[in-house]
Amino acid sequence: MSDAVKAQSETESGNRFTNLIRREIGQVLALASLVVLFGFFSIMRPVFYSWTNVSNGILMSTTVTGLLAVGITFVIITGGIDLSVGTSTTLCAVLVGHYVVGWHLPLWSGFVIGMAFGALIGALNGAMIAFLKLPPFIATLATMKAAQGLALIISHLAPIIFTSVKGWDGIAQGNLIGTLPNGVLILFVAAVLASIVLNKTVVGRYTFAIGSNFEATKLSGVKVNRWLILIYAFCGLFVGLAAVVLTSRLGSAQPDLGLGYELEAIAAAIIGGTSLLGGKGSISGTIIGALIMSVLTNGLRIMEIQQEWQYVVVGAVIIIAVFSDNVRRRRAGEIS
Amino acid sequence: MAEAQLLSLEGVSKEFPGVKALDNVRFDLNPGEVHALIGENGAGKSTLMKILSGIYKKDSGEIKYRGEHVNVSSPHEAQRLGISIIHQELNLMPHLSVAQNIFIGREPRRFGGLFLNNSKLNKDAQDLLNELGLPLDPKKRVGELTIARQQMVEIAKAVSYRGEVIIMDEPTSSLTPTETAALFKIIKSLRESGKGIIFISHRLEELDAISDRVTVIRDGEYVKTMKTKETNIPEIISLMVGRKVDTDRRPEVRKLSEDVILKVEGFSTKTLLKDVSFELRQGEILGFAGLMGSGRTELARAIIGADLKTSGKVFFKGEEIKIKDPHDAVKNGIGYLSEDRKKFGLLLIQNVTFNVVLASIQSFSNKLGFFKNSPATKVAKEAIATLKIRTPSERQYVKNLSGGNQQKVVIAKWLTKDCDILIFDEPTRGIDVGAKDEIYHLLTKLANEGKSIIMISSELPEILRMSDRIAVMCEGRLTGIINNKDADQNVIMQYATKHRN
Repeated sequence: MSDAVKAQSETESGNRFTNLIRREIGQVLALASLVVLFGFFSIMRPVFYSWTNVSNGILMSTTVTGLLAVGITFVIITGGIDLSVGTSTTLCAVLVGHYVVGWHLPLWSGFVIGMAFGALIGALNGAMIAFLKLPPFIATLATMKAAQGLALIISHLAPIIFTSVKGWDGIAQGNLIGTLPNGVLILFVAAVLASIVLNKTVVGRYTFAIGSNFEATKLSGVKVNRWLILIYAFCGLFVGLAAVVLTSRLGSAQPDLGLGYELEAIAAAIIGGTSLLGGKGSISGTIIGALIMSVLTNGLRIMEIQQEWQYVVVGAVIIIAVFSDNVRRRRAGEIS
Repeated sequence: MAEAQLLSLEGVSKEFPGVKALDNVRFDLNPGEVHALIGENGAGKSTLMKILSGIYKKDSGEIKYRGEHVNVSSPHEAQRLGISIIHQELNLMPHLSVAQNIFIGREPRRFGGLFLNNSKLNKDAQDLLNELGLPLDPKKRVGELTIARQQMVEIAKAVSYRGEVIIMDEPTSSLTPTETAALFKIIKSLRESGKGIIFISHRLEELDAISDRVTVIRDGEYVKTMKTKETNIPEIISLMVGRKVDTDRRPEVRKLSEDVILKVEGFSTKTLLKDVSFELRQGEILGFAGLMGSGRTELARAIIGADLKTSGKVFFKGEEIKIKDPHDAVKNGIGYLSEDRKKFGLLLIQNVTFNVVLASIQSFSNKLGFFKNSPATKVAKEAIATLKIRTPSERQYVKNLSGGNQQKVVIAKWLTKDCDILIFDEPTRGIDVGAKDEIYHLLTKLANEGKSIIMISSELPEILRMSDRIAVMCEGRLTGIINNKDADQNVIMQYATKHRN
């Protein structure tokens, strides 16, 4: 390669890099805030950046809401919402416990059962939205209540203990790679797969198309109803996976735990730049958003800030994140 | 003369990031005058009016109102001065009544201002409507009114501020000829009462009927102001586009194929259509004329399965096809290009490539469902080249393109899907003169290449210029199909007003 050509290709790749930054500026800024937050807490309390705290404190506590956030990102990009992911996690956890513990099934079947029920609940949500024409907020609010009730009924109000299932705790807490908890590994593998689905496949294309303009997509001959059900079911797969990870972390299925996770998942997606209006969003942004939430909660706890104030700070961060993203996009002429 | 001037703008400039929207523009308005502001889309008309109504701040230049320097810093300030604007997209609250809409934010109160005084509200509204001679019920909900009547509400609202200057941004774009005539009567009475009216329109043939003077701007620059009587449409158009455009050419008589590609039989819907049947021939442009509400859009939507029909059959090349939803229509090679591109045609927040492949995503993916980017980009680049879509690249967001180029993106979408039958609903609505001409050439080219086209249009010159045959509808019925050589505006209007009783 002659020097001239080499120089040219270097500037081109340089341009490509700056273009990439310019195009993904929202995520770059979110990542920068994550780094700043991390740096801030590390300076305030050096114990914060110890691997033990990072892996078992921050990353581990991101796993469940992170998985839910990844799933819900698809739904939000279609312009919808899924309020049921929190209590559906509970229901899936209880169902996994009911069958795996109750029927002495092997460990792997837990994944199958959890994800199958998750997808089923998601498909029901999708069907209510696509065929009954219920607004997503209403349909999934109803599912949220129903799932909460069913979880209590099936579990007879009592936790289901998983100690009899050999290796169940290892799903989230074991270490396949170094000292990285498996739960975190599951989250990142799932996120990478989700990102591929969103950006490289037909499902992802239709997710963006439906969220950008439902009517135009339908008039273009796309079977929007079918795709909506599929996308909500796809979100449900992550709910099922989150249920498995949650039960592994806790060693039990708690029928009264899960309500509120949906809002954390939504917050993570929003902080990561996914638009509630639909048509815009990314998995990497969502993961960054989920990490920002965990870093904040963990850091504030280590600084011994009272729980009450932690909530207030998280609320403020959501406002700052979304507002600053709006300001930036208005300046860039993306929105008016 | 100078003292009498109601409004004058001198040397107004405005820059947006990267674009000089207005450069040293001037404009003036006398009391008791209708002054038309004309220019292509993107020429800067709306920007100028938004500066005048306080929505945008000018970078430089001065505005005089009744001879005095004013600073129109906000919409509220504009209203205080007496400048009202009626936007192209009406800003009314459909769930509120006519009276509530007119006096929104200024409702009469009683009992120390805690309670609304509804009877006074309705009476004030009624007085105002009587004064303007508008046949509206103040208690009626705005959402139940036709677009034309909603516009009357906007006019009443503008007048209720007792403003001297009323800006109307394309008030006739969605009105029928009768409604337009009614609007012009109202405008004329406003003019007689001494108000100054700035009138923006794409329909140049209206200018003779309504305006006293015409100002043309182009690419953000002032071009010329003329008395309407002393100019004509070709001159205005050449000033607008900076070149000559032929507007009135009839199509060369094309030899029509005898092959019927699409046969529609006995279409009826619950609300409007009554037993509509017609045939579309291979390579033909079949124009659909009719008044607003005659059922042309409803027919198109029923054919492609977007709306329910109560009866009706569709035959494609002689064989009956079942169309339950738009998916079936597209599968059979029928594409519909809606009159409302932004709402029903485009993914505005996505790029050109995404929009071009939207109807054919499946054919750009492999068996595993992975979307293949590079062939999609290639197809989009080809479409940009063949349809002459003006865009910096195929990665540009569609909302940043002009109306004409957005329309071309929709056309590209259906060509990529390889549709044989294209239903264009108002293909040039909201598109400026230069781009209109390009769309016309494109339609003719498509027909010559063997595509069969149904073209719904409310503009008779467009119908006459483009169609091989013309189908006319009235009140949901097909009242006649005419060959182009036998058609003129009168004949079409006769069929279009062939009411049952």
